[in-house]
Amino acid sequence: MLKISQLRANVVGRNILKGVDLEIGAGEVHAIMGPNGSGKSTLVQVLAGREDYEITGGSVSFDGADLLAMPPEERARAGLFLGFQYPVEIPGVNNAYLLKAALNAKRKAAGLAEVDAYEFLSLIKAKMKFMGMDESFLSRGVNEGFSGGEKKRNEILQMLVLEPRLALLDETDSGLDIDALKVVAKGVNSLRAAERSIVLVTHYQRLLDYVEPDRVHVFADGRILKSGDKTLAHELEARGYDWLREERVA
Amino acid sequence: MSSKATDVETLLSRKYQHGFVTDIESDSLPPGLDESVVTAISRKKNEPQFLLDWRLKAFRHWLTLREPTWATVHHPPIDYQAISYFSAPRPPTDAPKSIDEVDPKLLATYEKLGIPLHERARLAGVAVDAVFDSVSVATTFKDKLAKAGVIFCSFSDAVRDHPELIERYLGTVVPPADNFFAALNSAVFSDGSFVYVPAGVRCPMELSTYFRINAAKTGQFERTLIIAAEGATVSYLEGCTAPMRDENQLHAAVVELVALDDAKIKYSTVQNWYPGDENGVGGIYNFVTKRGECRGRNAKISWTQVETGSAITWKYPSCVLKGDGSVGEFYSVAVANNYQQADTGTKMIHIGRDTKSTIVSKGISAGHAVNTYRGLVKVLPSATGARNFTQCDSLLMGSQCAAHTFPIVEVRNPDATVEHEASTSKIGEDQLFYCLQRGVSAEDAVNMIVSGFCKAVFKELPMEFAVEAQNLLSVSLEGAVG
Repeated sequence: MLKISQLRANVVGRNILKGVDLEIGAGEVHAIMGPNGSGKSTLVQVLAGREDYEITGGSVSFDGADLLAMPPEERARAGLFLGFQYPVEIPGVNNAYLLKAALNAKRKAAGLAEVDAYEFLSLIKAKMKFMGMDESFLSRGVNEGFSGGEKKRNEILQMLVLEPRLALLDETDSGLDIDALKVVAKGVNSLRAAERSIVLVTHYQRLLDYVEPDRVHVFADGRILKSGDKTLAHELEARGYDWLREERVA
Repeated sequence: MSSKATDVETLLSRKYQHGFVTDIESDSLPPGLDESVVTAISRKKNEPQFLLDWRLKAFRHWLTLREPTWATVHHPPIDYQAISYFSAPRPPTDAPKSIDEVDPKLLATYEKLGIPLHERARLAGVAVDAVFDSVSVATTFKDKLAKAGVIFCSFSDAVRDHPELIERYLGTVVPPADNFFAALNSAVFSDGSFVYVPAGVRCPMELSTYFRINAAKTGQFERTLIIAAEGATVSYLEGCTAPMRDENQLHAAVVELVALDDAKIKYSTVQNWYPGDENGVGGIYNFVTKRGECRGRNAKISWTQVETGSAITWKYPSCVLKGDGSVGEFYSVAVANNYQQADTGTKMIHIGRDTKSTIVSKGISAGHAVNTYRGLVKVLPSATGARNFTQCDSLLMGSQCAAHTFPIVEVRNPDATVEHEASTSKIGEDQLFYCLQRGVSAEDAVNMIVSGFCKAVFKELPMEFAVEAQNLLSVSLEGAVG
């Protein structure tokens, strides 16, 4: 589904991604772990099409299409979803309104009929109930005055409504208490499907206790240092990252 | 003293006779401004003597004034002698004969605003008679208002039919000597609107200039006077929500509102005069004096404005809170794109006890535009218990535009409470990217973000106006980002 080859990117002239290779098959869940500043967040932002990054080399194919040639909204409509690490507040813009516009933009691109207000409301209410969210979320401004946990929950809600082909979740687990973490995990697990891939960017093993990854990658210094199965995550939890660097040098 | 005045009048009337003969044939005055022109305007409209005297006094005062320079706007000097101060509506021969002759760019804009076809033709100035049945519409609403005792007519009609009300209230809120443009307007105003809502009456419908414009074409120097007597309530909507092409360059209007005991006046404006093209060529200079006086106890005056048009806007709808317990409100969205300049805000003058004012100002700048909020909150020693809340937010789109905020607060009563909040934000790259990442197009995303920013003001507008204001905003800001 997603094939990243030798991807290099700069931000304000500084080289952050230094040749990333990663292949993600349909139905797989991958975890990307690694120390702060290693480039994990940059990778998902580049995949989503953020303009602040300058691509200096490599390629990304998404369902056979040249992802890097697509503007961000087209990537989204093609099924790429980014769960933001810090979801932005958009004061005065109704949460439900944005989500309905997003869903209909995607449906339109796929040649489907737009959902009307009634259909949308019943859809989103069901998803909110599943996520244990209060209905007041519908009428509040996008992330306006939300707590950290509420923002993350809102990201997952959006993901459930948009049903992406590829979900990139950027530290969705950070700052969550254990109950919120379980709810987020429940949302992610409910989306696991044969035709859908999920990438979890995380610092901690604890999310992976609830969402079991097929593959775990360790990101360091702008590239993938080591890949393995879920046992790698446990090993990282126990030993930290330093041994990997040493292993590589040795 | 009196003989001297008579001499002047004789002199004037002689001059006027001379000017008048040519006028009657062309139904317009040649460019230029002197006392004979002022007199000719008044005579043409068959005004009573008191009004002519009033105009002349204003004119003489205007001669002693200089154009103000304190606003953060720049324009080439205006030659007041090059303007014709009385002109008949554009002759049909100049107007396009059919909608096919109208600038397609203009028509495309109308289409985006969702204006019906027959309306588009009218707005573009197509010389088509009776494009829609305005007569029956006008009659229906006039009957309804007459039954309620509400007077709503053109200013000229009011001068003819209700001179006592004009004499009593005209210039009592904005005196002719108030400022340069108010003095000019007082001398040469051609027409405008007049509203009188008698005591205890709630006006049965929203009053809109829309109806009146169909009845009488108003010029560039409009005069509006609205009086709400004791316990009366009225909501007045001003302005055409469509981008109206206008050959006039200078628009200097005066609006006066008077609210007596327990009266409420809500005045909503959607101003969309021609802003000039993308390069800043052309456009209206909109220099307007708007002021309301809460003359009675517990009176309330509320200004809501959405300003998207004009090359230059210079406008400070204000409230004089004289009556104890009276309330003033100002809700504003001012948009400046391309080379537009907007210098707008409000003045809240607290005189009575326990008077309350609220200011919510949202300025949006894009392109090379400059948007300035200028506000004054003044609490006089008499205004014990006065309260004010001010919120001014600026939104910048792109890096070539600018926003300024000049909030002035003068409190001379220690018991007053004055709160001020201000913010300036760039249209968030983060916000924009967030929406794009959800699949929303850049254009829709900008509309959404801007509407959200303006929500606190839009909710003050009457429903149908709010929708149009939102459409207008998106048209005004088209291409500003992305």
